[in-house]
Amino acid sequence: MITAVELGLIYAIMALGVYLTFRILDFPDLTVDGSFTTGAAVAAVGIINGMPPIAATLLAFFAGMAAGIVTGLLHTKGKINGLLAGILTMIALYSINLRIMGKANLPLLREETLVTPLKEAGLLGTGLSVATFLLVALAIKFLLDWFLHTDTGLAMQATGDNEEMIRSLGVSTDNQKILGLALSNGLVALCGGLIAQYQGFADIGMGIGIIVAGLASVIIGQAIFGHRLILIATLAVVLGSVLYRVVIQLALQAGLQPNDMKLISAVLVVVALVLPQWSGFRKLAARLKPAAPAEKETVA
Amino acid sequence: MLDLSNITKTFFPGTVNERKALRGVDLHLAPGEFVTVIGSNGAGKSTILNMVSGKLRPDTGSVVIDGTDVTRLADFQRAKYIGRVFQDPMAGTAPTMSIEQNMAMALERGKRRGLALGVTAAKRERFTEELKSLELGLERRLKAKVGLLSGGQRQALSLLMATFSGPKILLLDEHTAALDPQRAALVSRLTAELVERHHLTTLMVTHNMEQALTLGTRLVMMHDGRIILDLDQERKSQMTVADLLHEFEKIKGAQLDDRTMLQ
Ligand SMILES: Nc1ncnc2c1ncn2[C@@H]1O[C@H](COP(=O)(O)OP(=O)(O)OP(=O)(O)O)[C@@H](O)[C@H]1O
Ligand SMILES: [Mg+2]
Repeated sequence: MITAVELGLIYAIMALGVYLTFRILDFPDLTVDGSFTTGAAVAAVGIINGMPPIAATLLAFFAGMAAGIVTGLLHTKGKINGLLAGILTMIALYSINLRIMGKANLPLLREETLVTPLKEAGLLGTGLSVATFLLVALAIKFLLDWFLHTDTGLAMQATGDNEEMIRSLGVSTDNQKILGLALSNGLVALCGGLIAQYQGFADIGMGIGIIVAGLASVIIGQAIFGHRLILIATLAVVLGSVLYRVVIQLALQAGLQPNDMKLISAVLVVVALVLPQWSGFRKLAARLKPAAPAEKETVA
Repeated sequence: MLDLSNITKTFFPGTVNERKALRGVDLHLAPGEFVTVIGSNGAGKSTILNMVSGKLRPDTGSVVIDGTDVTRLADFQRAKYIGRVFQDPMAGTAPTMSIEQNMAMALERGKRRGLALGVTAAKRERFTEELKSLELGLERRLKAKVGLLSGGQRQALSLLMATFSGPKILLLDEHTAALDPQRAALVSRLTAELVERHHLTTLMVTHNMEQALTLGTRLVMMHDGRIILDLDQERKSQMTVADLLHEFEKIKGAQLDDRTMLQ
């Protein structure tokens, strides 16, 4: 179960990227299925070729940014529908990822990676490694929070909120979308690079369906922990990512196959999207909410 | 300050839906001039404002703001010159963002945006002062999401955001039309105050004759893509709503005459 929490905290970086496009820019970006693997591939190849792991991981971030820029250009300058632009980049990345890796699977087991110190000290799967990954996830969360409150970040928020208004204030919404997609895919690729180091290999298929995991984290997290303020919304995404991995772990322990996981992910997202619309659920939630403080009082 | 020369605009040219929205409009505004624009539906009033803001480009003619030819610039590229309030109270603000964030974005109109914090203590103080002038109590709700405000409050905020960063031109397109009479009167009054305070060169479209006469220093009437009446402050001050309606009737009559003559 600690492994699930660790994974959830690393994948939270990817989920924060998905949050940036899906919630802030209101742009459903499917590039991530490709750019996640790109990040893993770049980091793995870099490390195998003797780059310092931190440099290889940073390189993965920039590779992801490049992928995001391509989708952004296709959508804004090429006027291609956003979903399709993402799919096109994702498909193209499959070939590019294979080129980068040279083969479908790259083992990293004997390489020195960012995770090696934790592993060699026997700390993986302990509270200390969880704390380390939590720190990393929170650092990126706070960076994103800060960015979204800068002048540029406000313009990006407004681009997803009221495009005509922010254009009338002198902002190129095309540039904002390209920048947002670049940052988002940079985070996703960074996460891919870290996951490759954590699990000890990069695989051409590791990004498949990653968008669903990201959406699940964002939607479930925000449904449970709220999203009124950016600070809370991003925290909810991190917690949602952990929760998601824990649920998957529980499903596995209950006897489901790893191959069933994609189906479970998809069902989770559908449930999280549909349930709040269902009037019975809304009534239930409304009835529970005012009752909650009263309950606490009786308990106390 | 604003020079529109020989602007023409045809939508869907060469098709059955062809629509000549502007048929050669010349309009020149001196600095500080406040022009109210009236005219029937489809006269081309909004189209003229869209030419200035850059939302639409003219087929022919030029748009010059304070000596700079902006005809070929995209809307966001000329935003630094222009403050704008739309008819729809939802259009001028970002609903999921707070009042202070909306104002911070407006303060940066047309500037290069970097990584400085959008809302600072100093700016917050300024926003509080500016909001106090609206007398709506919004200065106590800086962190409230704009989507929670009423239409009138949002429109007053849009007006403040359009004016307080000192644009060269203020564009108002029926910005009181969606409000109830009381709120409309409030926003009208605020418009007069803010234009006065910032000495803004203003182009305001309205369907309210009363408002067109009381506000502004000059009145322009449009019909079928042309300016057909242009009254300076003196002649405008002698006009009544009845006179304006009479002018409208004359145009309609003239049109009927044309038609009868063609038959
Ligand atoms: N984007 C557009 N595409 C096609 N036709 C347009 C467009 N904008 C305006 N028109 C047409 O141009 C003409 C002038 O429209 P405009 O919106 O300027 O009128 P208006 O004077 O603002 O009218 P109203 O009082 O109804 O707002 C109308 O016939 C309208 O149908
Ligand atoms: Mg109009």
